[in-house]
Amino acid sequence: MRYGETGFVLEIDLTEGSSEKVATDPKSTELFIGGQGTAAKILWDRVPPEVEAFSPDNLLIFSAGLLHATPVPGANRVAVNTISPQTNLMSHSLMGGFFGPEMKHAGYDQIIIRGKSPELVYLYINNDQVEIRDAAHLKGKGTTETGDLLKKELKDDKIQVAAIGLAGENRVFMASIDHGHSSASRGVGVIMGDKKLKAIAVRGTKDINIAHPEALFMACLDLHKKIADSDGCGDWMAYDEDDSFHHNHFAWGNARTRRKDFWSKELEDRWKKLKYDNMDRQTSCYNCPKNCRNVISRPGKKRFGYKCYGKDTYHMAAFKELDFSYDILGVAQEYGLDSYSTPQVMAFALELYEDGILTDTDMPGLPADSGDRFFYLMEKIVRREGIGDILADGVYHAARRIGKGAEAYDHNTTKKFEQLPIKLGKVNPAYFLMIATGEKMSITQIEGSFPQDPLPTMAERKEFVKNWTAPPDDKFKEYFLNWEKRNVMSNQAFCDIVDWNEAMHYIDDATGLCGFVSSFRGQFGGDVAYNIHNIPVLIHLATGIDMDKDKLWKTFQRNRTLIRAINGRRGLRRKDERPPEDHWAVRDEEIEQKLLDEYYEFKGWNKEGIPTRKTLDRLGLSHVGEDLLKRGVLTDDGTDSATKYEVSEQMISNA
Amino acid sequence: MTDDRTKKIIRQIKVDINKCSGCRSCEMACSALHADPKYSSINPARSRIRVYMDEIRDLYVPVRGGAYTRTECEGRSRYTLDGKEYPECSFCQASCPSRNHFKEPYSGFPLKCDMCANDPSLSEPLCVQVCQFDALTYEEKSEEMMADETRQNNDLKTLVLACESLVKKHGEKKVMKAFLQLSKH
Repeated sequence: MRYGETGFVLEIDLTEGSSEKVATDPKSTELFIGGQGTAAKILWDRVPPEVEAFSPDNLLIFSAGLLHATPVPGANRVAVNTISPQTNLMSHSLMGGFFGPEMKHAGYDQIIIRGKSPELVYLYINNDQVEIRDAAHLKGKGTTETGDLLKKELKDDKIQVAAIGLAGENRVFMASIDHGHSSASRGVGVIMGDKKLKAIAVRGTKDINIAHPEALFMACLDLHKKIADSDGCGDWMAYDEDDSFHHNHFAWGNARTRRKDFWSKELEDRWKKLKYDNMDRQTSCYNCPKNCRNVISRPGKKRFGYKCYGKDTYHMAAFKELDFSYDILGVAQEYGLDSYSTPQVMAFALELYEDGILTDTDMPGLPADSGDRFFYLMEKIVRREGIGDILADGVYHAARRIGKGAEAYDHNTTKKFEQLPIKLGKVNPAYFLMIATGEKMSITQIEGSFPQDPLPTMAERKEFVKNWTAPPDDKFKEYFLNWEKRNVMSNQAFCDIVDWNEAMHYIDDATGLCGFVSSFRGQFGGDVAYNIHNIPVLIHLATGIDMDKDKLWKTFQRNRTLIRAINGRRGLRRKDERPPEDHWAVRDEEIEQKLLDEYYEFKGWNKEGIPTRKTLDRLGLSHVGEDLLKRGVLTDDGTDSATKYEVSEQMISNA
Repeated sequence: MTDDRTKKIIRQIKVDINKCSGCRSCEMACSALHADPKYSSINPARSRIRVYMDEIRDLYVPVRGGAYTRTECEGRSRYTLDGKEYPECSFCQASCPSRNHFKEPYSGFPLKCDMCANDPSLSEPLCVQVCQFDALTYEEKSEEMMADETRQNNDLKTLVLACESLVKKHGEKKVMKAFLQLSKH
């Protein structure tokens, strides 16, 4: 009997219209845990670099976390992975709500979708009953609207639906996959649309077995109470109405304008009133004692949910206020658009228009008001109409398709992906490393365990460290105690800190835990529910797998290294690992490159950022090393393939 | 009067639908406690409490499994509370033929809330313990009950009354005949 997991994947071939339930190897769980880790293994094994994003051979994988559907609170974020047409790298996305646990109760740890359907279809999974059904009646429907229609059609309010909207149907690169008021962002909806899969409706009524029942349940009951009572868990922005942090420090418009004095008490009161006058309630994801989602309903408009910084992105990009975000979020949710990248694409287009690179010919009938312009562009983008067809490829590709100097306006992407609009003064080495080398594409998916800023006095630091249980090693307490200036620490310290930050995200994304109770949240206050010490215990109690801190850490390294290998095999090299040039005003190329050298070495990667054979062997990934060698990504003498790659890039830009 | 009455503890779960966040931890916990052995599996479909949820219409109703019924109701009533319309089914505790709620997924066996009072009784039901939003709260009320003897006497009195009305309607002969037939079974 398998514990904590189902031991099966569901293979769907949309070209053939077939499905198959396949047993998995328990050894694979020990090595990759689940979620993003297991998805990475599948992508490595089955999607070679010759397979392009829009090939029928590309896979779209919904991968539940190992702890989903166990009593562990806050374990509900399902990983959605594929190859992205925007970056040509592995797309990494996560979706909260109920979908992951429901998949497991239906009997599947992963749903793997290959091929392409000739017509728009939806997938209905009810335990062992799996059907690919016609979705003509759902064409053009909104994401939550689709969920609602399918629940009615299938007569069960417990069916969980993940759907794309018009954006996904039209292969917009910023398309998300939405599930109620949860959303899988960072460019996975485009592949679901390419495969002509409108939605997946899943219902499961099977048991998930627990290896050590009473011990796990009692530990989880305690965790429920701890998480509920702790200010160090959950999205504090669900309760704290002071959002000066994003508004005064992040850049507005096309990541251009800092408004350091924007926030005021008057504004806060006004926005607070707007929120509470229109908020139905705050809701939770499955089995979580925090209620981070604010559900807003305004008269005559679509009800929508948001959390965290998601309420700011549209109005900051459009130089508007919260009421504008409330106007547009409900519409964007139904279209299925990523609320982080989409506003940036639109602000980029409007800047090009202001500067005369795009004209009235490109945008006929463009309204005067910036908010109206956002609605105008959104309609164009989701339909790929006119300029919308170009913008729908994201800032990087749009800039190159537009030409005429538009490339210079693409100043906030890394690895061709839109970054958070942050423009600061002096380089922060930890952030340099995270933005440069991260492959989850957004800093929010990399930062999070070590505090962002030092505390001013030694007394405060000592107090902080006293109750700080999360660090994997006491050296992190030492780093924190001796930390005076944000940008000043040893390179070794920065490498350790970035590695720890990254580790917790990789562990969360394999177990299915939410960053708000784990990887993302420790940086603010330190009192987070999950850490490298208690997660192995919970894994052991749920699954029976022998797990300890060191073994889990090695699993993180294995998953992280495998993803590096997938992307390295697809062409990712050192030269791509650059934060936007104006992310900081003052830069020092020499210091940055030295830091990158040290970090690569620390990670066991070569000078080009490719994992060495020694590293791969140590992690039980020798077959990966052999493949990289065969393909010339690694060479026998340990040197890299940079020269070869540079030449091919050169050829592309010449052509 | 006080002589023929005794105290009885009434265990209640109070539901506040405005406080429910829709996390369904109650379903998780209930299915764990009632697994055999205890906590050995999780399956909200086996839970004796379910949260009726409709995110689009902002409806969140935790309902405990109640009586088993062999017939389905019409189920077409709709209730409006605070301007929101709820289908009748969202409040209903029954395990009935027209839906899968409150039935063991494998056997179809009806599932009824036991207030976690069996084997051994918990201090308060587990769904309440796990609910961190106070959508579910536990109350113990002491209610005066009639003593057993008085209750039995009262039951007999009610029965006599019922028989009298039968006689009145059908006549003594018919009623006697019916009793005679019953006694032969």
